[in-house]
Amino acid sequence: MKARAFSYRRAYTVDEALDAHASNGDDARFIAGGQSLVPALALRLQAPRILIDINHIEELRGVTREGEWLRIGALTRHCEMLTEPLIAEFAPLLRAAAPFVAHPAIRNRGTLGGSVALADPASEFPAMMLALDAEIEIAGASGRRRVRADEFFIDLFETAAAPGELVTAIFVPRFRCNQRICFDELARRRGDYALVGCGMQATCKDGLIEGIRIAFFSVGNVPTRARSAEAAVSGGRIDAERIAAAQAALDSDLAPPESDEVPPAMRLHLARVLLGRLLGRLGEVA
Amino acid sequence: MTPLTSLDRPNSYIGRSVPRPNAKRLLAGRGRYVTDIRLPRMLHAAFLRSPYAHARIARVDVDAARALAGVHLVATGADLAKICTPWTGTLDHFKGMTSEPQLPLPLDRVVWAGQAVLAVVAESRAIAEDALELISVDYEELPAIVDLDAAREPGTPRVNPAGSSNICFRAQLDSGGVDEAFASAAHIIEEEFSFGRHTPVTLEPRAIVADYDPDGGMLTVHHATQTPYQFQDLYSRHYRIPEARVRVIAPDIGGSFGLKLHVYHEDMAVVGLSILLGRPVKFVADRLESFVSDIHARDHHVRARMAIDADGRILAMDVHDATAIGAFSTYPRTSVVEGNQVIRLIGAPYDFKSYRAALEVVFQNKVQTSQYRAVGHPIACAVTERMVDLAAARIGLDPFAIRAKNVIPDDAYPTASPTGYRFESLSHQVCLQRLREIMDYDALRAEQSELRQRGIHRGIGIATFVEITNPSPAFYGVGGARISSQDGATISLTPSGEVRCAISVTEQGQGTEAIISQIVADQLGLAQEHVKVITGDTEVTPHGGATWACRGAGIGGETALQAARKLKANILEIAALVLQEQPAALNIIDGEVVNAATRQPRLAIAEIARIAYFRSDTLPPGTQAQLTVSHHFAPQGYPFAFTNGIQGCYVEVDADTGFIKLLKHFVVEDCGRIINPMLVDEQVRGGVVQGLGAALFEECRYGETGQLLNGSLADYLVPMAMEMPDIVIAHVETPTADTALGAKGCGEAGTAAASACVLNAVNDALAPFCASINAVPITPARVLEALGRF
Repeated sequence: MKARAFSYRRAYTVDEALDAHASNGDDARFIAGGQSLVPALALRLQAPRILIDINHIEELRGVTREGEWLRIGALTRHCEMLTEPLIAEFAPLLRAAAPFVAHPAIRNRGTLGGSVALADPASEFPAMMLALDAEIEIAGASGRRRVRADEFFIDLFETAAAPGELVTAIFVPRFRCNQRICFDELARRRGDYALVGCGMQATCKDGLIEGIRIAFFSVGNVPTRARSAEAAVSGGRIDAERIAAAQAALDSDLAPPESDEVPPAMRLHLARVLLGRLLGRLGEVA
Repeated sequence: MTPLTSLDRPNSYIGRSVPRPNAKRLLAGRGRYVTDIRLPRMLHAAFLRSPYAHARIARVDVDAARALAGVHLVATGADLAKICTPWTGTLDHFKGMTSEPQLPLPLDRVVWAGQAVLAVVAESRAIAEDALELISVDYEELPAIVDLDAAREPGTPRVNPAGSSNICFRAQLDSGGVDEAFASAAHIIEEEFSFGRHTPVTLEPRAIVADYDPDGGMLTVHHATQTPYQFQDLYSRHYRIPEARVRVIAPDIGGSFGLKLHVYHEDMAVVGLSILLGRPVKFVADRLESFVSDIHARDHHVRARMAIDADGRILAMDVHDATAIGAFSTYPRTSVVEGNQVIRLIGAPYDFKSYRAALEVVFQNKVQTSQYRAVGHPIACAVTERMVDLAAARIGLDPFAIRAKNVIPDDAYPTASPTGYRFESLSHQVCLQRLREIMDYDALRAEQSELRQRGIHRGIGIATFVEITNPSPAFYGVGGARISSQDGATISLTPSGEVRCAISVTEQGQGTEAIISQIVADQLGLAQEHVKVITGDTEVTPHGGATWACRGAGIGGETALQAARKLKANILEIAALVLQEQPAALNIIDGEVVNAATRQPRLAIAEIARIAYFRSDTLPPGTQAQLTVSHHFAPQGYPFAFTNGIQGCYVEVDADTGFIKLLKHFVVEDCGRIINPMLVDEQVRGGVVQGLGAALFEECRYGETGQLLNGSLADYLVPMAMEMPDIVIAHVETPTADTALGAKGCGEAGTAAASACVLNAVNDALAPFCASINAVPITPARVLEALGRF
């Protein structure tokens, strides 16, 4: 299929991009890496009047330290998660997740801001925002604001960023030496959307888990924190008993939807298996 | 130093791994596929597709689409029915078979979701798609028959209301003695199997540019097909254009696997659209269209019983195969060949006498199924080999031991299967032995048992197979299909002393042109680079069957061999006159006529060509040099050249996730004379990978209303490099005596047994859990279900 005809506008500043969107009655789409949008256009699932190209907005680029935060510009490509030293040092969970994101050609174009803004519940990075307790910076008509990841993902493809607003940067609390991460997913083929995936970041002290954030993807309409499982392993050493308790707790954390290929009970089972394996690994390094 | 072999003779190309002459060109992006073709005044077609699996077309409004700027034609089924005669996908030798007549576009009823309903032709594909959005069609939904078993139940609504039932075809085979054998058996094994519908997924999708010139009454079709002559015949007859005025050109083709030899409604429509407009019209199926309009395959439910004696000797088999083929039988090769081959190939490697089989082919509201690489073989092989493993387990025999006990012995040929297939000479015993060696079977078993102690569940599977190759007219010709089983070649010595060979077999990426040039160079005594092979144009090459059912090397290769020998004799005849020698005293080596005994060079063949073409006055009076010869070859003797082989694989099953890791795969294959070992190995590997796709990943999943649920490459999983194991290949060579070349086919061997092999290996891994799986693809869901994990 071929996309329906559309106009194209290249924006050089955030304000220019926002104005262009508003002046087209919001019948517009921002385009960055285009790895989800371009197929949707080609399939005519989306047919906006205009595409606003944000790839040339300088302030959306770059990874910098800002005090206790790591600021990752929205245009940072997935492949940069693998190569940028600041990410390896201060947001290693993103680095751990990046090899699982699609294939190299897609990682070369796809952007972190685009992935988070789309909020595909089967994608790795939106869920990692939850595990990292990241904040998403949004630019809109009323200026800039930062929204905690916990409040950002609202429903299927629906986020705290309203139509016409632009995700400009991700702020990640900088990784500390007493923190540990773990990431894995169960995908039929390398690079596919996972049947279930999970990333976690724990704060440890003397082998005990002081706090932990566990985030799942491919388990429902939104990336999902497993809060009961988090509670089950917090405050103690990770042992078989706590792992079993966390696995059991997933019943109340996750409610996978019906799907023709993976029944909800199977997805929940896989989530428990994956959680058990990840906690086991975490226990070895805590 | 290794001793010299026959391959060290000059120009000895048969048996030599040489690169394909066209490989560099394709790698460099200089391929010319149908998609690349842009003709002057060319227009683009797009099709409106049915959202319903079964519905009456009540009303169609195309006015707005016709009015859109850039749209040249909106055509309905009725418009095309005026110029195209209908076709029916039946063959005479399938007695009692029925199927409805088909037209390019339906007149009043759609029978599967995704069926093309209307065509738009416009200046660009994008404009044509804009116009599709402006068309409105009112449908009245009819009951959709989706499930294979439901389609067979009495009282189920009919897929074709004009028919008397949903049965397309029934067949029975009975060698006699089956009931007696079961009555006297020590053990009876019974099992039911189900096989997921899947689809070939070629890298290059279907593509066609039809170019009708009304003034000359000439139709030229650039067509991504493996069978240009078949389509020349069909376009000629259904559009009533004399055959000589229809030219079909198959340029570079990006994979075919049987997909590109069936009549597709869109392709037939595009020819009609070009006739209606008098302009070239292009259609390239996009990937979403491919999933709902390319042929599917392998949708089977099989019930099987096997009787064995106390020692594990197979006494009898009794099987029932039900297969669903969509709403029509495909034209012109039908949709029943697959089922027919399933029931005839089951049990084929084994030496037993009593066999009974029933086949039921049913209609349903889905896209048509038809021949796809290794037609019927994977089903027959999986059923047979799983039954053999179950029998082995029942009496405590090792999988190698039970096969050694039951395969037809290598010294028993010629012989026939209980289903009537005649075998010239197969090599099951030696293949079995060779597989055991290359697998290092005993070491694998030891490792498996050691790892089991540590909770790692690995499985070993093996699967024996026979493959049908080099088909004679017994395949299609006897059924009335105008599908040739012979091939033709025209071979010339050019004035510069090079050789051109125009041959009817075709190239889809497997290396047909490479092996033809090897055979011609070998037989004539030339360097391979001095042989140019031309394929894929009905205006240029003689009529022939082209490439399907593993016939390119065996039939096309023999055609080239005989043609080259004829040309060589003609060259030597002229050389003998020039040199005043007897032709028998001369030979050709490296493009030089030499003394046959001493190999002393006498005269370059370029010099013969120069004399013959430009100085015929210097030849003796009455000499007419024949430096272009044509030769046709049709297989005679055995109706098919059967090949055989055996595969093995080693897998690891994660009992908690149901995920299966393919660790290693092994193949021992006997395709007779090997022309190019590298190409044979890659054919086998590619075939194995397609079989592994079927084993673990590929399945067209449908919803209750007949919607394809996973019709995209994101959802329909094809095998990818990361998940594929190393594939170790060994060969046994048993040439056929039916030809001078001795080659049989090898293209389907890999696919034939790979899924059976994985099925056995996974079940072997699951043995400690007493879990059993008898369905492919073996998905994590099926494994976890078998293990009772959720």
